[in-house]
Amino acid sequence: MAKFYGIELNSPLMLGTSQYPSPAILEEAFKRSGASVATVSLRREAGNSKMGGDFWALIQSLNVKVLPNTAGCYSIKEAVTTAQMARELFNTSWIKLEVIGHSDTLQPDPFQLVEAARILVDDGFKVFPYTTEDVVVAERLLRAGCEVLMPWGAPIGTGLGLTNIYGLRTLRAQFPDVPMVIDAGIGLPSHASMAMEMGFDAVLINTAVAKAGDPPAMAEAFAKAIAAGRLARNADPMEPRDMASASTPVIGKAFLS
Amino acid sequence: MNISVIGAGVAGLCVATELASRGASIQLFDTHGEIAAHACSWWAGGMLAPFCESETAPEIVTRLGQASADWWAAQGVNVTRNGSLIVALGRDTRELDQFARRTTDHAMLNEEQLGALEPDLQGRFSRALYFANEAHLAPREALQVLTRNLKSHGVEVQTTPAVAAATTIDCRGLSARDALKDLRGVKGEMLLLKCADINLSRPIRLVHPRIPIYLVPRGDGVFMLGATQIESADRTRATVRSILELLSAAYALHPAFGEAEILEIGVDARPAFPNNVPRIIRRENTIYANGLFRHGFLLAPALARQVAALAIDGGKPELMHENHS
Repeated sequence: MAKFYGIELNSPLMLGTSQYPSPAILEEAFKRSGASVATVSLRREAGNSKMGGDFWALIQSLNVKVLPNTAGCYSIKEAVTTAQMARELFNTSWIKLEVIGHSDTLQPDPFQLVEAARILVDDGFKVFPYTTEDVVVAERLLRAGCEVLMPWGAPIGTGLGLTNIYGLRTLRAQFPDVPMVIDAGIGLPSHASMAMEMGFDAVLINTAVAKAGDPPAMAEAFAKAIAAGRLARNADPMEPRDMASASTPVIGKAFLS
Repeated sequence: MNISVIGAGVAGLCVATELASRGASIQLFDTHGEIAAHACSWWAGGMLAPFCESETAPEIVTRLGQASADWWAAQGVNVTRNGSLIVALGRDTRELDQFARRTTDHAMLNEEQLGALEPDLQGRFSRALYFANEAHLAPREALQVLTRNLKSHGVEVQTTPAVAAATTIDCRGLSARDALKDLRGVKGEMLLLKCADINLSRPIRLVHPRIPIYLVPRGDGVFMLGATQIESADRTRATVRSILELLSAAYALHPAFGEAEILEIGVDARPAFPNNVPRIIRRENTIYANGLFRHGFLLAPALARQVAALAIDGGKPELMHENHS
């Protein structure tokens, strides 16, 4: 399994922590998912104080690696400040860097993203940039010092799945050795399975689990789909063919009726 | 039987009311005095909507909540039984179907049927989900009615430190975190608006992928607009972002809210346990009744009945939680 800044995760499933019906359900969803990483949003829950302490205590009790994010940041300055707060609060240099460029689609702003990544890498952060499938932006992020990429499947929270298969396949093929996490837009376990079959190293899911009618059951469904996708990838899938080829030869078969 | 009740918010007042109705001799303490802005129930929406809540809440909330409208009416509180409505903006109408799938006791209305119920929403939504068996009340009035009723039974809210009795019932909400480790705060922000141009007869919820809101009519053109739900015990200030989001959603519901006056901006933190269901916890002579979360007016009557039964008759009420550290 790919290493993320030198860390080998015991599951390729990263799970978000917002929008669950209750903390008890969040905890159960984590248990059943076997997720190795919890992403947490800093801006909303903590505010200017540490009054969200109960929530952090819960996250820490999940016993998984914490990946704080800069969700909801629209500028380099906001994202950098949020990352610094997160490092202090969670005692980790991991940061999922989101710099949003468009309020309706929540599409990343690639220009500010690259610049913010450079600043954070220089400051010692291990940056997980939330980006699109654009190979040029990916190349700039790598040049800025990112060692992991988080391309979207579709806009955040839409559940549309992998909307640009060609683009994602190209990105994967261009940088075969860079650990990549499909982040955002996954709606169904089959989407996650497909991402793994395509050779992505991990999948990050939040809304699809948290907003399901039964989040713990959906978490388990994702865990199974991701395991299946990874197993299939490692088993070297067949290439699609145009020519039909029966799996059992029919010539010479005894004719019975 | 001599019982001290600590806390005169919705939990404490309901518990005191139930105990008084069973003939217990009670003393009611609250260091802040009678119900006012210090209590988080002061800022509540006052929706008695057990079926809508089942979208995300466990079954027990829906079951216990169904008795609340009758309980409040029996105390002399003005309960409006006009049901509630759920709407979604054009591109989010699939959210409405999901809400319908996850709840019961509703009917899908078309544009005309919605217009017949709420003429001011005529033409704004092509469909709406109608929960006919739900109700709402005005929280501040309801709490004042309970306070008055208790006074007429000789129970005044005392601001002096609580006096220990044979049994003490702790209904302090979030202040009881000193004794209840699992209790956490869930921040909520709300507004009171005055908008003379719009008339609504029942609570309206707008389902939205980012900013779900509800509007509860309080009469005389006053509406309660709520509410955020943030994992934080902060109860000091509302943020610009929260208020911006709430107001934008209200404006999307009906542009006439653009001309509404802002009467109040409220902020507080709801006391909640990890599963967001209230608990009764017994430790020696103290009974804790807490964790009403966003279901204060919906569940306090059931909680109070169970606490009273436990305090007077013993037994093991359904909301009793054991092995609590």
